[in-house]
Amino acid sequence: MTDFVLILVTGLGLGALYFLAASGLSIIYGLMGVLNFAHGAFMMAGSYAGFLTMGALPASLSVAARLAMAVLVALVVGAVIGFVVEVVLIRPLYRHHIQQVLVTVGLSLASVAAAQGIWGADPRTVEKPEWMASTTMLLGARLPNDRFLFIVVALAVFLGLQALLHYTRLGLIIRAGVENRTMVEALGINVHRTFTIVFALGGSAAALAGLLYSQYAGTVSPAQGGSLLIYAFIVVVIGGMGSLVGTAVAAVAVGLVQQLANFYAASGVGDLSVVLLLALVLLLRPTSMKGAHA
Amino acid sequence: MRTAVSLKALPAIIVLAVLAYLPYVPIEVPGLLPGRVNGPGSLQLLATCLVIAGIALSYDVIFGRTGLLSFGHALFVAAGSYLLTISLSNWALPLPVAILVSLGVTTLLALVVGGIAFVVVTLLVRSRAGHAMAAVRENEARAAVLGFDTYRVKLLAIVVGAVLGGLGGIVHALVLGGSNPHVTTTEFTLALLIMVVLGGAGSMWGALLGGFLYHYADARLVELSGAGFLDALPDVVQQVLSEPLFILGLFFIIIVYFAPAGLTGLGGRLIRRGRAT
Repeated sequence: MTDFVLILVTGLGLGALYFLAASGLSIIYGLMGVLNFAHGAFMMAGSYAGFLTMGALPASLSVAARLAMAVLVALVVGAVIGFVVEVVLIRPLYRHHIQQVLVTVGLSLASVAAAQGIWGADPRTVEKPEWMASTTMLLGARLPNDRFLFIVVALAVFLGLQALLHYTRLGLIIRAGVENRTMVEALGINVHRTFTIVFALGGSAAALAGLLYSQYAGTVSPAQGGSLLIYAFIVVVIGGMGSLVGTAVAAVAVGLVQQLANFYAASGVGDLSVVLLLALVLLLRPTSMKGAHA
Repeated sequence: MRTAVSLKALPAIIVLAVLAYLPYVPIEVPGLLPGRVNGPGSLQLLATCLVIAGIALSYDVIFGRTGLLSFGHALFVAAGSYLLTISLSNWALPLPVAILVSLGVTTLLALVVGGIAFVVVTLLVRSRAGHAMAAVRENEARAAVLGFDTYRVKLLAIVVGAVLGGLGGIVHALVLGGSNPHVTTTEFTLALLIMVVLGGAGSMWGALLGGFLYHYADARLVELSGAGFLDALPDVVQQVLSEPLFILGLFFIIIVYFAPAGLTGLGGRLIRRGRAT
């Protein structure tokens, strides 16, 4: 039972990280039809921005305070990078979807290589606040505190995005754009500005995911974003591209399935069962590939 | 008619003749190749470049010709490579049998994977059964042409591309003397995608050129960046520029923007412009 609780909470924590990584990806795909391979680079940018911020701040500050600053910096860096990538690289290629995908592939390749050149390919240890490294007793199980933090952050981002989508004019345009972009353009609404905002938002969420994932792993490395990106893609496809609720449900399902299979079957079966889950969903509910309501 | 065919085959014959002569060229090409042209280092580099070019060509069958953006092509290359290595070393099969086994299993794999994709796509169509029925009612021939035949063509493209990729994996294992987990990664498939687009998607010479250049650059750019002409730059810039994938990624983005038809397309455009003036 204690094992089960631990696995459950860890799966939920990982699912929270997958959600953060996948939420931007899902909205970007739903609205713009761009499969953003550079999302891994956004996550990498967030993790390194956080790592460097924590290193640059005076050691007299507590680790938790420095981590909070790091989160702020990562959010801003992610938004700026998302903004720049959209305006400089994606915007000139509207209506050329394959080329947009190719550009993001090139960007992810170049940025990971650049990070390797600057900071080296080896993982670097990150500082973890004492509270996050310790555990809490719950239902007889020792639960690492960082899992709770991930879940709370992901919940906050989910609720925030839901509020944005349903109670603001921008959200209305995004939802309408996911539904039928041509119609929104025909009504004289500047969808392109929305694209930029969505990319910046997605970049922010991805940077946050990257930073928190480096806290989970205890290290930062250039390849981290790419490995998280694969799960994010799987989550987005299972959840239905463009659907935030679907993404959240799929993220939790993927995190739980992965952890449970890894523990109860054998280590490594988790990844396989995630792919099987993906195949099952595609076979039983193939419409999830085509996008849904935001 | 016959002269036209032989003219078309001419570049291939010339390239083949030049390649066949290379092992007898004892010249050094400083910077471009490690040591003599017919030295083991250069020949190994050229051989690997050519194998990668062949694998890129197999990916072009799927992506360039049919427009299917496959992210799993590495599976078939890895299957060919690992099956060969395993059947040679673990099962001690003679080389011809090992090649046959690897190719056979890879083909089977391609049929299964392509078949699953086929089923998914068919289900997709079924889920819109009403539309499909209406389409058949309005114009059966057009529905057949638009719908079902295209899937069969795509399945064919996947199988042919996969078998060629498996063959590439077999040769890759033979040239490198073993299998390497690198050919199983998503990055490898993405690299294939980049090669095909670099050279020119949907063109045979384009995919070959892209694959050759990509691997050559990946293997040689490190040496070039150590050549000394970067010394004036700050350390960080030097470190970044010594990453081959950084330069390749950047170059790739530039190609996507300014030469969407790839290097061969660019070459063709320049030739036509030269003729026009």
